[in-house]
Amino acid sequence: MTSDQQVTPEAEKEPYRATRARRVLGFVRNTWRGLTSMRTALILLFLLALAAMPGAMLPQRSLNEPKVQQYIAEHGWWGELLDDLGFFAVYGSVWFSAIYLLLMISLVGCLVPRSGEYVRSMRARPVLTPRNLSRLPHHASRTVTSDADDVLAAARSRLKGWRSAERDEGDGVRSISAEKGYLRETGNLVFHFALLGLIIAFAIGKLYTYEGQSIVHADGSQFCNSGIYAYDSFNPGLRVDGTQLSPFCVKVNDFQPTYTAAGQPLQYRADIEYSSGADLATNTWRPYELEVNEPLRTAGDRVYLLGHGFAPVFTVSFPNGEKRTQATQWRPADQTTLLSNGATKFDPPGITDPVKRRNNQLAVTGLFAPTPVFQGKILSSAGPRLTDPTVAVDVMKGDLGIDSGYGQSIFAIDRSQVEKGALERVARENLRVGESITLNDGTKISFDGVNRWVSLQVSHDPTQVWVLGFAVAMLVGLALSLLVKRRRVWVRVAHDGEGRTVVEVGGLARTDQAGYGDEFDEIAADLLNQDTRSP
Amino acid sequence: MPVDETLSRFSDWSYNTATLIYVLAMVFFAVEQAFGRVGRLRAERTAAKQPELVGASADGSVDTPRSDSAEPPLSPAARRSTSRAARFGRMGVSLTVLGALLHLAALVLRGLAVSRVPWGNMYEYTMAVCLIAVVTWLVVLRKYPSVRHLSVFVLLPVVILLFVGGTMLYATAAPVQPALQSYWLVIHVSAAIVASGMFLVPGVASLLYLIRDAHDSDSSRFAKLAGHLPGRDVLDRLSYRTTVLAFPIYTFGVLCGAVWAEAAWGRFWGWDPKETVAFVAWVVYAAYLHARATAGWRGRPAAWINVTGFAMIVFNLFFINLVTTGLHSYAGVG
Ligand code: HEM
Repeated sequence: MTSDQQVTPEAEKEPYRATRARRVLGFVRNTWRGLTSMRTALILLFLLALAAMPGAMLPQRSLNEPKVQQYIAEHGWWGELLDDLGFFAVYGSVWFSAIYLLLMISLVGCLVPRSGEYVRSMRARPVLTPRNLSRLPHHASRTVTSDADDVLAAARSRLKGWRSAERDEGDGVRSISAEKGYLRETGNLVFHFALLGLIIAFAIGKLYTYEGQSIVHADGSQFCNSGIYAYDSFNPGLRVDGTQLSPFCVKVNDFQPTYTAAGQPLQYRADIEYSSGADLATNTWRPYELEVNEPLRTAGDRVYLLGHGFAPVFTVSFPNGEKRTQATQWRPADQTTLLSNGATKFDPPGITDPVKRRNNQLAVTGLFAPTPVFQGKILSSAGPRLTDPTVAVDVMKGDLGIDSGYGQSIFAIDRSQVEKGALERVARENLRVGESITLNDGTKISFDGVNRWVSLQVSHDPTQVWVLGFAVAMLVGLALSLLVKRRRVWVRVAHDGEGRTVVEVGGLARTDQAGYGDEFDEIAADLLNQDTRSP
Repeated sequence: MPVDETLSRFSDWSYNTATLIYVLAMVFFAVEQAFGRVGRLRAERTAAKQPELVGASADGSVDTPRSDSAEPPLSPAARRSTSRAARFGRMGVSLTVLGALLHLAALVLRGLAVSRVPWGNMYEYTMAVCLIAVVTWLVVLRKYPSVRHLSVFVLLPVVILLFVGGTMLYATAAPVQPALQSYWLVIHVSAAIVASGMFLVPGVASLLYLIRDAHDSDSSRFAKLAGHLPGRDVLDRLSYRTTVLAFPIYTFGVLCGAVWAEAAWGRFWGWDPKETVAFVAWVVYAAYLHARATAGWRGRPAAWINVTGFAMIVFNLFFINLVTTGLHSYAGVG
């Protein structure tokens, strides 16, 4: 099937007076033809490949916003120009969308006529037998003793499964034309339609998808998918406002990593319980072992185990006898050794005067090492295993700036408060579990132990099953369209005038495929060795 | 999962030996190339007559008829030099087979040493891709023995890759991280390996096509090299037929990658650098198939596109693993 749909300059054939309407019509028609020609499709395919590349070479907002900022900062006007042109969000940019929209139009324009042609070719009878079979690339003939009817009958049964037509060519000459491999064209259309379906399903999915991350302590703490506020970060699709998230809750009971002797992780597993749908009303919880590669699928959403870390537990005993215990997650600074940093912040209890309270806030900040090694007094970690949890902390006292109205990171203190002199370091110490620091005013800070936390990701994408279905259809269509051979065979029988039958077989592979020769030789051998009567 | 050091050492030994044997095979093929000019001319003529490699083109034009004319006779001296060259070529093939067996042994031993599939880091991946490339070439030789004298061009990139793999990318045998512990590692990565290894053959054939083409339009260009190459149609079909087999496998590999990504990373497609370049390579190969069916794009443009496609595959392996960072950064290098 040749598909060069080149624009033939029709205007030359039929000179007509160019009225305005005609000109517009001609323009539209030529544009449409141009857009749906193979040549254009090819160029668009190239543009698509080319346009996708910057997304692999430049940092992308959707993957790593800080890196984008850094890139822009490092490259000055060039970085800003790239930013203005959408190079840090390639796959949502106007130019990328334009290319694939044009490609889709081109695809539709290509598919509509081809579908019609396909239906017609499926209905058509195999083509007439060529006059001279010996000029075909595959040809064989023999004079046999069998009757012409017997030969034809044998040919008919040998060519079962082929689409065939029998014709009487007069003078006792009869022929069969047979064709096979229609699945190639079918596969090709399936592939292209599935491609169209995939793109559309993908685009719809982008509207209704959402994805959010949340850190949950592995001590029986809960996460409920009840609204955006439940997340630490949340990326909604254009049509998601966060009011109608799929309702479910997850409770993280334990998290157990296993490591090799060298500290290489072997397995991460979180023991969780979940409750969704009707279970929510009855407060029924079902257990699940959440692992990397084994997301929890419930209520149309998926819950993934994304990462993990530590939350050191500190207890502050205030001079007035009150105690406060807190375990805030610290973030891993090094993914292999899990050396972590963070800031655990305390409000002094029992102080009603807001100014006084504010000036007596405490923060325990610094480093946490699950397996400590010291270089002098500097703490670092030798591995991710929790062997001898140790912290190296600065205790800061003063105004943390929490009440300033600006949000602040839970992993760090506001450095500007230190620079302003509102926050002051009052102690620096390395602590093992059970050890403590006593400040000048009698406040005691003890390091009691460590909790683990996991970071969970919730993902929702209502069309991903459709995308998968179309992708599988594409694959099947593709394999058929590339591997099935479209081939023809013709058989012609005639009397030789001496009571014998001349059988001629010709074959033609319509597609560029190796191996038809063997099949043809077999068929020919079967048809030509039809000597029922001995000579 | 303890690592078996002994097996791992045997694996390294097999790897190095296989590489050396490929180099030796290249020497034999080079001898065939250099001294078998007459024989090669004849091979070319047979190739042109072999229906398998002539066939119809993608647009459905007709097979050229088989001609049964006898070959023009060769002088006795020419025949002697021809048969000597052919002997070198056959020895080259035997060596290649031996190399491939050792190569396979290296891969299997590596797998046994770490009790998992032996493609968990870039060293192992490259080793497996090269093995597939060699096996693909051996299969091609079985079907179309007349292109044997091209073996040196296929083995050259293989040997370079194996050398780079064995020196720069080498990673000691170790278990893989939790994200890779999935049966998708077996399915997705092996499909990618098979497709990438197969794509090497059309990549080389298309490159040779371009050289031959340049020579045909200006005989002073590549005069030495191009004289040893078969006709453009043979090279074009060699690329097309291999690409047509590799492309669905590649598609399957990308599809499995998406399914795995859905389970491991929370989305089936996120334009991670590796995904992006896989997409680009896929589109380039699709463009190649279209180009071969479009007037004015057959021949040289199509060959360029095929070479670009393979360049994207290589780029995806090296650049994306070593230079950028993404979710796919499991290279285990450095
Ligand atoms: C992302 C976009 C596309 C991809 C990945 C794609 C992929 C493919 C593949 C793999 C084939 C099989 C080639 C072969 O049979 O040798 C094919 C065939 C074909 N495609 Fe596309 N295609 C795309 C878009 C289009 C568009 C936009 C058009 C029409 C303007 C088109 C028209 C055709 C035609 C006519 C064939 C049959 C070629 C032949 O074998 O004669 N395709 N396509």
